[in-house]
Amino acid sequence: MNNDRQQPNRDSNPFSYFRNFRISDHPTGIGFILLFILAVIVGWPTFLQLRNLTNILRQISYTGIIALGMTMIIISGGIDLSVGSMTAFVGGLTIFFLNLFPSDSVSALILASIFAMAAGAVSGLFNGILVTKGRIAPFIATLGTMSIFRSLIQYFSGAGNILSNNILYADIGSGVFLGIPVPVWVFLIVAVILHIVLENTRFGRYVCAVGANEQVARYSAIRIQIIKMIPYVITGFTAGLTALLWSSRLNCINPSDCSGYELDAIAAAVIGGTSMNGGKGSIIGTVMGAVMLGIINNMLVLGGVSSYLQQAARGLVIIVAVLLQYNNKN
Amino acid sequence: MNTQRSDVLFAIRNVSKEFSKVRVLNSVSINLRRGEILGLIGENGAGKSTLMKIISGIYQPTSGTLVYDGKEVDIPDYITAKSLGISIVPQEFNLINTLKVYENIFLGNEMRGPHGLLSKKMMRDEARRQLSRLRTKLDVDALVSDLSVAQKQMVEISKALLLNARILIMDEPTTTLTGYEVSVLFNVMKELRRQGVSILFISHKLKEVKSICDRVAILRDGELISVEIVDLIDEAEMARKMIGRDFTQVFPPKRDTDETDEVLRVDHLKLAGLSTANSFRLNRGEILGFAGLVGSGRTELFEALMRLRPGDSGEIYIKGKKVVIRSPQEAVNYKLGYISEDRQGKGIVSDFTISQNITLIALARYVSHLLINKRAEIEKSEEYVKAFNIIAASPKMALRFFSGGNQQKVYLARWVETEPEILIFDEPTRGIDVNAKKEIYEFIHHLCDNGISCIVISSEMEEIIGLCSRVYVMREGKIQGVLKGKQIDEEHIMFLATGIKGRIEDEQ
Repeated sequence: MNNDRQQPNRDSNPFSYFRNFRISDHPTGIGFILLFILAVIVGWPTFLQLRNLTNILRQISYTGIIALGMTMIIISGGIDLSVGSMTAFVGGLTIFFLNLFPSDSVSALILASIFAMAAGAVSGLFNGILVTKGRIAPFIATLGTMSIFRSLIQYFSGAGNILSNNILYADIGSGVFLGIPVPVWVFLIVAVILHIVLENTRFGRYVCAVGANEQVARYSAIRIQIIKMIPYVITGFTAGLTALLWSSRLNCINPSDCSGYELDAIAAAVIGGTSMNGGKGSIIGTVMGAVMLGIINNMLVLGGVSSYLQQAARGLVIIVAVLLQYNNKN
Repeated sequence: MNTQRSDVLFAIRNVSKEFSKVRVLNSVSINLRRGEILGLIGENGAGKSTLMKIISGIYQPTSGTLVYDGKEVDIPDYITAKSLGISIVPQEFNLINTLKVYENIFLGNEMRGPHGLLSKKMMRDEARRQLSRLRTKLDVDALVSDLSVAQKQMVEISKALLLNARILIMDEPTTTLTGYEVSVLFNVMKELRRQGVSILFISHKLKEVKSICDRVAILRDGELISVEIVDLIDEAEMARKMIGRDFTQVFPPKRDTDETDEVLRVDHLKLAGLSTANSFRLNRGEILGFAGLVGSGRTELFEALMRLRPGDSGEIYIKGKKVVIRSPQEAVNYKLGYISEDRQGKGIVSDFTISQNITLIALARYVSHLLINKRAEIEKSEEYVKAFNIIAASPKMALRFFSGGNQQKVYLARWVETEPEILIFDEPTRGIDVNAKKEIYEFIHHLCDNGISCIVISSEMEEIIGLCSRVYVMREGKIQGVLKGKQIDEEHIMFLATGIKGRIEDEQ
């Protein structure tokens, strides 16, 4: 803002980053800070208590983990509507798998964890194959698998709760390490890994290229089929993680659990600045987007706003976030 | 032409136009007479399209006046221009493929019946009347997607003629037409002139200007150089006025190559769905031309070679060894490179920075332990920015902020970065200004000096003639012949590209 005329001068001045810093370049960060301040005021003093903050993080981590994978898909130019159903589906299968073992087996927990991630990745691969080899529009393909996953788990469970027999299972999802709940750790670790994948690997660069302009990518000898497929596998993997954490926290899964996760995940990505047209987005943005959704909920509860109005507030934030980004671009 | 009242229908008086202090038109004055075809020629960036956009209300002049039928007028927008009777036939068609011919003609100007509903019958009748005015037989209920390029153009012209257009601006209407279709279009233009319509004909092809226009206005660097009566000026003179110097200066001297040192041979390469097979060869360090009209199958042939589109059969030899290329990745591994004619659609990622664009294909080289070495990436691109004279504040800026010439250089740099041995340039200078053009020609020569063999596909005759030591000419998906040395001239190329001159009348 202060030095539009000046040419960016990279290496010579260590402060160049700050001199070239423009508020309008970081709408998500600014929005995050403003929302945080607002929450502190509205929710004073409860909001700032450590317990409350960890609670918010725990609440958003389930959809947040999925949102990280979803960000990759949206950047590659796709979408995945099936993640909510997939989470319930994989969660159910995982408990079935776990119940094959004795009820106090620790190694069963490890195997079940691996099973959940693998089952998620395979489910994601199925979406990816439909989209790339099957050439079905991502919206349609995953709308289809959304129904399929949901219906299968309802059939397997006889529409009732699937209970775990393992007495140790609940320790995974409700565990706390260094004062921070396990799901939050998973969320942060996956975020760091995917951030590096997106920003610093060839695959990440190619995901952006394919999402920005598929033809250009094809003419640049990029294997677009593979590049488009892998984000679905990653997202399936993240859905598997959430399935594990969610089902172990409750020690059971209900076949109607996790519906609407896809919308929260997409919302987090969009609030975080990921373009629905593909080609642009960041993991950091999605993390902020997910946390912002949690803060809004928390703030409304603390402020005593009717729970019926919470969804409206959420919707408003999504629209404002997109408007800010849109106006910033033009 | 009615010489009795050959007065001026539309006058541009001392019109200038500036974009953020850069003057792109400098005090241009041109008169358009009733019922004449006025050619408008000039190089890319000479100001043709700016002038056209001012006349049609898309831009406002910075200074100067427009006079229509003796009265000074303001044309604030496209709709006003249309209501004054000024219409454009755009270079890229604005037709909706899923709508019918008559629906397209009336798009935005639908006729309504007494109850406010669309009157399809009236529109069909009027569409038929417009098309018959163009002596064109076309089913008004046909879908636009089923039409040929020439037929689409007729629909576009009918659309422009609606609302009694008196001035028709045609922006390079012949670029995508075959020889026969061009002659049909010219007959339509003559018919319209007879009916009193004034046509502003913008073209790169001096031969066409010579054959269809009454007068020709020549622009260079935003200035009107002169307006000439076409009968009194030949094409060489037009070119000289347009460029401001002799054209040959643009090209470095031609090179000699060793005819026996073959790097690429293609035998009977057949495109999927086509019956024609093509064979050609390329020598080391040679600039090989592929000439032909737009749509003659040159792009398709090389996209098939790169496996960007399915090829059917055929054998490929690289440096004497038979190879099978199954994907674009394998083509790159065999040190082949293809620079597409469609820079925006298939070439650059406009949201990526210069360095991200340059390293896109060769990115593997910048990866160690799975991570990209971004510093090496940026250092390398800075070298290219210097070597290619790319004008950029920072290699970290998104490419969409740069001019066509700079974007093209970045696109070339991306392929040079793959260290190719055979580089195919498809229309390498389309849409860039004359200086960048010259740099690209010199660059191609420079590559050849370093042992890289180049193929240049071009529809610009001067480019083929000035650059290439051998030229294959294609027509209708088939190589018609090869020209060498002194044979490479406009006459020989046109002969092969269009077939025998007399054949135009034979074809239906």
